[in-house]
Amino acid sequence: MAGRGLIGAAGGLARAVGVSLGLKTGVVVGGLRSALNAVVGNRKSRVGLAVILAYVALAILAPFISPYSPYETDINSILQPPSPQHLFGTDDAGRDLFTENMYAISTSLIVGLFATLVTILVGTVVGLVSGYYGGVVDEVLMRVTDFLLIVPPVMLMIVVGSLLGSSLLNIILVIGLLNWSPIARVIRSMVLTVKEWPFVEASRSMGAGDRLIMFKHIFPIVAPVVFANSMLSVANAIFSHAALVFLGVGNINDISWGTILHFAYTSGSFTAGYWWYFTPPGLMLLGLVLGFMLLGVGLEEVYNPKLRSSISV
Amino acid sequence: MPYRSFILRKFFTLVLTLFIITLVNFVLFRLLPGDPIMLLFRDPRLTPEQIDYLYHKFGLDKPLWEQFFIYLWNLLRGEWGISFAYKKPIMEILIPRITNSLILVIPATVLSILLGVVTGVVAAWKRGGLTDALVSFVSLGLYSLPTFWLGGIFIFLSINYWRLPVGGMLNYGVDHSNPLAYLGDLFTHITLPLATLTLVSYGSFTLTVRGALLDVLSEDYIRTAVAKGLSSWRVLSRHALPNAMLPTVSLTAVSLGTAVTGSVLTETVFNWPGVGRLIFDAISNRDYPLLQAGFLVITISVLLANFLADIVYGLLDPRVKYR
Repeated sequence: MAGRGLIGAAGGLARAVGVSLGLKTGVVVGGLRSALNAVVGNRKSRVGLAVILAYVALAILAPFISPYSPYETDINSILQPPSPQHLFGTDDAGRDLFTENMYAISTSLIVGLFATLVTILVGTVVGLVSGYYGGVVDEVLMRVTDFLLIVPPVMLMIVVGSLLGSSLLNIILVIGLLNWSPIARVIRSMVLTVKEWPFVEASRSMGAGDRLIMFKHIFPIVAPVVFANSMLSVANAIFSHAALVFLGVGNINDISWGTILHFAYTSGSFTAGYWWYFTPPGLMLLGLVLGFMLLGVGLEEVYNPKLRSSISV
Repeated sequence: MPYRSFILRKFFTLVLTLFIITLVNFVLFRLLPGDPIMLLFRDPRLTPEQIDYLYHKFGLDKPLWEQFFIYLWNLLRGEWGISFAYKKPIMEILIPRITNSLILVIPATVLSILLGVVTGVVAAWKRGGLTDALVSFVSLGLYSLPTFWLGGIFIFLSINYWRLPVGGMLNYGVDHSNPLAYLGDLFTHITLPLATLTLVSYGSFTLTVRGALLDVLSEDYIRTAVAKGLSSWRVLSRHALPNAMLPTVSLTAVSLGTAVTGSVLTETVFNWPGVGRLIFDAISNRDYPLLQAGFLVITISVLLANFLADIVYGLLDPRVKYR
C-alpha cells in the first residue's frame, strides 16, 4: 500500500496542479492574489520581494549591460582594480568581473528555484501521505525524514555530489532531494489536525477517495505554509550551492559566485589583497539569500499569528 | 522508569541511524566509477596477476554483503582503510585532526549558544521594538552570510590592519616547550576562525531562541501570570523561560548539522588542520577513503550531539521524567 500510495499521491499532485492550471484559472488568480496580499502585507516580505525582483531584473539584463563575455580572457589586463573599462576590475585570467558577477545571478536563481521545486514536491507528498495514512507508512517515512534531518545535509551533498559528478543538474537534484525533511515535518503535523476536521468526514461520507481528499481538501489548507517554507528553502539551496562550489564540488565552469570565490581563494587574492575580486560575489550572494530569507520569514509571520510582534503582555 | 525507557528508545534510534549511515556510506562508494585498486596504487605497470592478487588481498572478490560486514567489523576495530593520497592508515591521519577540530568547534558552539540565548531572550521580550528589529535583522544577516566569504574578509583585514595570524594552528619552527607560550600562540591563531564560526552560528541560535520564546509568550498562562500582577522579571524567569527551554534544546540539536557545515568552511579558509580541512583536501585529491572517513566522523559526532541533546531534553521535560 505504501508504494502505491506514494506513486498515486505524486500523480494526484501533478493532476491537481494541472487541473488548476488548465481549467480553474479563477482559482489560480485568486491564489496568486492572496499570496501577493500576504507578501505585501508584511514589511519583511515586502523588502524581500523587492530585493529578489531587483536581482531578477539584473539577471535578465546581464547580457545587455555587460560589455564583455563572461568567458573572455585578456592576458594583458589581469587583476586590474575597478576602472571605467572594468567596473568591478578583472580576475587572474583577465576576465571582466562585472560581467561574471551579473551572469552568476541566473545560475543561483536557477539552482534555487529548481532545487526548491524538487524539495517541495517530495516534501509535500511525503508530508501529506505520512500524516493522512498514519500507521506503518507514517512510521517508515518519518524515519527517513528524521534521518535526513539529523545527518548534516551539506556533508551528504559533498559526498554524493563528488561521487555523482558535477553537472548543474546533479547538484540541483542532490540539493533538492536532501532538503525536503523540514517541509515534510511541518506538513505532516498540519495534516494530522486538518484530517480530523468535520468537512473531511463529510466529504468521505459522500464517497470522496483518499487522493481527492488529500489534494483537493487538505492541500489547499496547508499550501500557504508550503509557500512560506519554500522561500526559506530557496535561500538554503542558493547557500548550499555556493558552499559546494567553493569547496570544489560542482562544476567550476558554471559562472556562479561560488566559482568566483573558489578561484579568488585558490589564487590567494584574500592574502594578496585583491579586494575587488572577492568582495562583490560575497555581497551579492548575501543580498540574494537575505532577500529570500526575509520573504520566507515575513510569510511565516503572516501565516502564523503567534510569531507576530504585535501581541502585548 | 519512563526516563530510562525514553533514553533506551533514543539509543536504539541512534544505533539504527548509525547502521544506515554506514550502509549508505558503503553503497555510495561502491557506485564510484573506476577501479579501487588502480585508484589506490595509481601505477599502470601492475600486471593482471598482481591486480588479481591485490583484489583478493583486499577482499574485493567476495560477495558484496560479505564485504559490508567485513567493512562494519573493520570500522568497529578502528581499521578505517588506507588513504589514496597519503598511503597511510586513515586512523593515524584522523585522530589528531579530530582533536584540532574540537579545539575550534566546542568553544565556538558554546559561545554562539550563550550569546544567542541572551540576545534571543532580549529580542523576544522587547518584541516589536527597536531592539527586536535590530537583533532580528543582524541575526538574519549573519545567518545568510557566506561563511567562507566572512573568513576571507577577516583574512584580508588581518593582513592589512590587524596583524593576526590567518592560517594554521601554531607557528612552525618555534619552541613550544613553554606551555604559556604555546597557549599564547594557539590563542592568536584561533581568534579569527573562532570569531568567524561563532558569528555565523550565532544568527540561527538567536532566531531559534526568539521564536521559541515568542511562541510561549502568546500562551494563556502568560496572560494569567501578568494579570496576577507578577513582575515582568518573574513572568519571564519562572513562567516563560522554562517552557521555552524545550523547543530551544531540540532546535539547537537540529541546527548542529548546519554548524558543522560552518566549521568545514571555516577550517578550509583558515587552513585549520581539522577534519573539515581534511575533507576539502580529500575532495581536491579525489581521496575517496579519506572523504568517506571524514564524512563518517562528522556524521557520528552530530548524531552523538543529538543524543546528548535528547538526554538533556528528557531531564528538562517533566512529562518525560515523572510520568
